[in-house]
Amino acid sequence: MIWSFSRPQLLALVVMLAVIGIAPAFVYPVFLMKVMCFALFACAFNLLIGYVGLLSFGHAAYFGMGAYVSAYAAKSWGLSAEICVLLGGLVGAGLGVVFGAIAIRRQGIYFSMITLALAQFTYFLCTQLPFTGGEDGIQQVPRAALLGFISMKPDMAIYWMTAGVFLIGFLAIFRIIHSPFGQVLKAIRENEPRAISLGYRVDDYKLIAFTLSTFVAGCAGGMKSLVFGIASLTDVTWQASGEIVLTTLLGGLGTIFGPVIGAVITNTLEFYLAPFGSWVTVTQGVIFVLCVMLFRRGVVGEIAAKTKVSL
Amino acid sequence: MLMVLGYNIGPLLAQGMLGLINGAFYALLSLGLAVIFGLLNIINFAHGALFMLGAVVSWMLLNWIGIGYWPSLIIAPLIVGAFGVLLEKVFISKLYKLDHLYGLLLTFGVALIVEGLARNQFGSSGMAYAVPDSLRGATKLGFMIMPTYRAWVVVASFVVCISTWLILEKTPIGATLRAATENAALVQSFGVNVPRLVTLTYGAGVALAAFAGVMAAPVYSVNPNMGSNVIIVVFAVVVIGGMGSILGSILTGFGLGLLEGFTKYIYPEGSGVVVFVLMIIVLLLRPAGLFGKVS
Repeated sequence: MIWSFSRPQLLALVVMLAVIGIAPAFVYPVFLMKVMCFALFACAFNLLIGYVGLLSFGHAAYFGMGAYVSAYAAKSWGLSAEICVLLGGLVGAGLGVVFGAIAIRRQGIYFSMITLALAQFTYFLCTQLPFTGGEDGIQQVPRAALLGFISMKPDMAIYWMTAGVFLIGFLAIFRIIHSPFGQVLKAIRENEPRAISLGYRVDDYKLIAFTLSTFVAGCAGGMKSLVFGIASLTDVTWQASGEIVLTTLLGGLGTIFGPVIGAVITNTLEFYLAPFGSWVTVTQGVIFVLCVMLFRRGVVGEIAAKTKVSL
Repeated sequence: MLMVLGYNIGPLLAQGMLGLINGAFYALLSLGLAVIFGLLNIINFAHGALFMLGAVVSWMLLNWIGIGYWPSLIIAPLIVGAFGVLLEKVFISKLYKLDHLYGLLLTFGVALIVEGLARNQFGSSGMAYAVPDSLRGATKLGFMIMPTYRAWVVVASFVVCISTWLILEKTPIGATLRAATENAALVQSFGVNVPRLVTLTYGAGVALAAFAGVMAAPVYSVNPNMGSNVIIVVFAVVVIGGMGSILGSILTGFGLGLLEGFTKYIYPEGSGVVVFVLMIIVLLLRPAGLFGKVS
């Protein structure tokens, strides 16, 4: 099949493309853009948890840093949109390569705790570094023009750009997973000692996967700050890290389309629950518990298991 | 005024003393985490939320039914401990056969529920909890004025930590517990009810967190976010100390509190991150942690 998509996956991809194309006629485009940014973020996170078995509990650091840098580049340097997003990704990856190198020195639960602590470290830095604007964040970020001349001011213009960034990221991750490199990652997930005994430098593979994931997370954050015109501390908090874990778990760890479905569900829930304040947190907690206790495969994982296809 | 390396020794010691109080809470919390991790093999993400719950329960006991500080130092940990037992029986016990990560995710969910409910009930602003009459006042120590309550916190948590360590190291029940940590199946074959032991251990670890919460109530204001702020630092403490040793986690807890206090005086901007920086250094030099066994 094309690009190692199986027939059901190709069908799902076509459905997803159709939804992206038609949905803005029925749903508020800004909401859809938010969903796509978080879906991309979740896909990046899923690359680690789903395919290498690494639970990073601090992925908001890379997403949030990407958002800050992209916002700063658009506002203070007046760079064009695609450069801003790429810069966001590069800074995410730069942070990721350093933090990843530290975190992979420990396995399992320790890895999660270390990534969480490093993300909190980043959060403290963001409250104090001059360029982040402290508690105010970076506000009134202009929607920089694409390639320097295509205006992104109308919602629908930046909608197509967001869709483009999302699709490139989504397909890149799909490609990585199905490459020989991705097969080694899965081998590490299944049995790390065996992968080592086969001669693979496991730590190198983990670090590369971590860096790729943080690059995509940074791009997602960068895109989000251009869409909303703001980068703030909210995106760097441990709650944001927790939300992306929830999104991916709910959609289905280690599935291709799971993170996307997860992002649709969690963002919709958040939208409808927003007037009820802290009930959002309670609902998220309840969904966490339900997912872990009752359906660990997530929505897409369950569907895939029922229909016996890989999605 | 006495000087050390160009710093006034008085304010330095005063900040160190304040740091020691934070350290007391770090020690109590990381001790509970280590005990739970030893036997259950899960990281109890809900630990911070249950620490907060201890403070909230003691506030409710005082303001709703008029039960004061001293009784609630016993009652609140019992209530929260009972909640922990329930949690272990209904949810956590179903996850032992799975990847450890699911325990982390489940307890994270529990933490969100407990915190969200507390925020709904009490809002995000803090609620004051008065220092009990018998611990009011302060002592002049020459270099600083030491509020009696703060001295009590440091002494009491030190005593509780050391007692826990003695129970684990020197009593038959502690020996059983340590044996179960090494090999649960073998201990079970000797006729020990291991599942009940596990449940009670979780309850006890959680009760320790609640005890810390009650003691924290008069120091910080009682606030639904107090747990999540402290738990991430405690995770870093646990990574630095390594969870292999009980005494190690106590020492690391107090030590890092002290370090944070000194940093607050020497380089105030760094006090929020010093624990994380130290964690990075320790990971680079001694990945298993200061007291951890290399696995």
